[in-house]
Amino acid sequence: MKKIFEVPMYPYARHADQDAAAPVRHKVIVIGAGPVGLGAAIDLAQQGVEVVVLDDNDKVSFGSRAICFAKRPLEILDRLGCGTPMVDKGVQWNVGKVFFDERPVYDFNLLSEDGHQFPAFINLQQYYFEEYMVNRVREMQAEGMPIEIRGRNKVSAIGTHPDHVTLEIDTPEGSYNLEADWLIACDGAGSPARTMLGKDFVGRVFEDNFLIADVVMEADFPTERWFWFDPPFNKGQSALLHKQPDNVWRIDLQLGWDIDKEREKRPENVIPRLKAMLGDDVEFELEWVSIYTFQCRRMEQFRHDRVLFAGDAAHQVSPFGARGANSGLQDTDNLGWKLKLVIDGKAPESLLDSYDTERVYGADENILNSSRSTDFITPKSDMSRLLRDAVLDLSEHHEFARPLVNSGRLSVPCTYDGSTLNSADALSGPDRTRPGSACPDVLLGDGYLLPKLAGRFTLLTIDAEAPEVIEEAGITVTRLALSVKDDKSLALKQRYLGDCETGVYLIRPDQHVAARRPSFDENQFRAAIRRATGQE
Amino acid sequence: MSDQLILTPNINGGDDFYAELLATHEGLSKPQSDALNARLVLVLANHVGNRAILTQALAAAALTQTPEE
Repeated sequence: MKKIFEVPMYPYARHADQDAAAPVRHKVIVIGAGPVGLGAAIDLAQQGVEVVVLDDNDKVSFGSRAICFAKRPLEILDRLGCGTPMVDKGVQWNVGKVFFDERPVYDFNLLSEDGHQFPAFINLQQYYFEEYMVNRVREMQAEGMPIEIRGRNKVSAIGTHPDHVTLEIDTPEGSYNLEADWLIACDGAGSPARTMLGKDFVGRVFEDNFLIADVVMEADFPTERWFWFDPPFNKGQSALLHKQPDNVWRIDLQLGWDIDKEREKRPENVIPRLKAMLGDDVEFELEWVSIYTFQCRRMEQFRHDRVLFAGDAAHQVSPFGARGANSGLQDTDNLGWKLKLVIDGKAPESLLDSYDTERVYGADENILNSSRSTDFITPKSDMSRLLRDAVLDLSEHHEFARPLVNSGRLSVPCTYDGSTLNSADALSGPDRTRPGSACPDVLLGDGYLLPKLAGRFTLLTIDAEAPEVIEEAGITVTRLALSVKDDKSLALKQRYLGDCETGVYLIRPDQHVAARRPSFDENQFRAAIRRATGQE
Repeated sequence: MSDQLILTPNINGGDDFYAELLATHEGLSKPQSDALNARLVLVLANHVGNRAILTQALAAAALTQTPEE
């Protein structure tokens, strides 16, 4: 049977644009049909923006690649209409075990907070993830939404102009040209678009390689994340075992720096390593093997006039934290509503500069966390190894050392502290919902909170009066009136009011808080709306 | 609690403490001793807890701090 990633999902088909006398102009072109490119395209098309996705391939991700998806991206995907199939298929997990040498040193439980629609994490192969997104695109097309994917359309040249972008595209039937008002480059860590535009990609390469293998096996390992420091089967290095759907297990083995990558990838070299880990009697089939070099890099700027970079094309982090695809979807979530407002003439182009500042801030946070995890997992000096091992030895005996063990700090959404779109915090409410934060979910009497905040500006009032609709500077803000009395769990009060009795929140279409105050003050909120849309 | 690292004598029975420190290392190989010292640093750092003081302690240990009046 062919694997899903061996079947063309969007095969090449000749398009009328290829026979046009002059290059056809599109509203938005996205390069790359990976999770980030499809996320950007679905978001824009759902808002009625015409979008064409170009991909040099015609299949979903080869091999599992990104496997760990966090709550925030799942919430974003829910708004994009494809969160549920991912959660239904994905493997949910809460427990992680850490081993040092031969000994289990401690366990952790993610202890998911109640009242959230989505779990803290699911494991799902990237090929399923992309398949569900492509299915969503097909569903949207059937409903007449303005979105298309062109397979085996490889962008070979990009020209930039003050008000548009030109593209030269190679296909199996020769090349053609297109124009776009806006270009979003989601073409991965090796981004050809970035190279074509001559943009930098600066950062740190960690001198280490990891063998990443997916094996299919009937195994009775529990659904937990197992991480080994210096295990007997991979002496001096590290290892990870994590379950995916369909009895596929992800195994990461650190190999060190000075290796022959091609040689290490051959099954005759991979299989003995896996047998040493799993035991000689475990039957398994190798599904996919790759070798990965850790890198933490980003572009200096994610916006270059009419070209916007998102996902790995803009920033790359080491794995072990679920910060790659997860942060890429937060990029498109941040960009989608801003680009829509700019295209509609309701916000100045400069609003897109806030995409750059907010997501650069997010990328730096991810790079910081990811670099620290990498430094712990792969100590690069005798002393850093000595201290690392001291933490691990202590963690077996003393609780205090466990938070210092860093086998990957798992992705949480970035809070845009200091963003120019935020208004000063005027509510002495909980820290977690300060301006810039992604709204935490709450289970209300009639469903979850986040779907009620999706895709538009909302004025959330909690036991406070306010108009049902505010129109300001071309932006329509609708009210969502809630009361702490409607929520017996008290989560709404704990997450949004703290010790305060009332609260009014201005919430952006990407469900981040723009402003909050104890009560509705018309002038203050009108100013906050202008500020949140780059008009003040 | 003060945010100032104590850099004046503060251990009652300093000689006893020093002897106990040496005794703890007695009979250990160099790698074992190094590992013990690393664990000791972490145990003490956790006890101190205060981030400002820990930063001052790191500077004091690195001998990069200018002497105070």
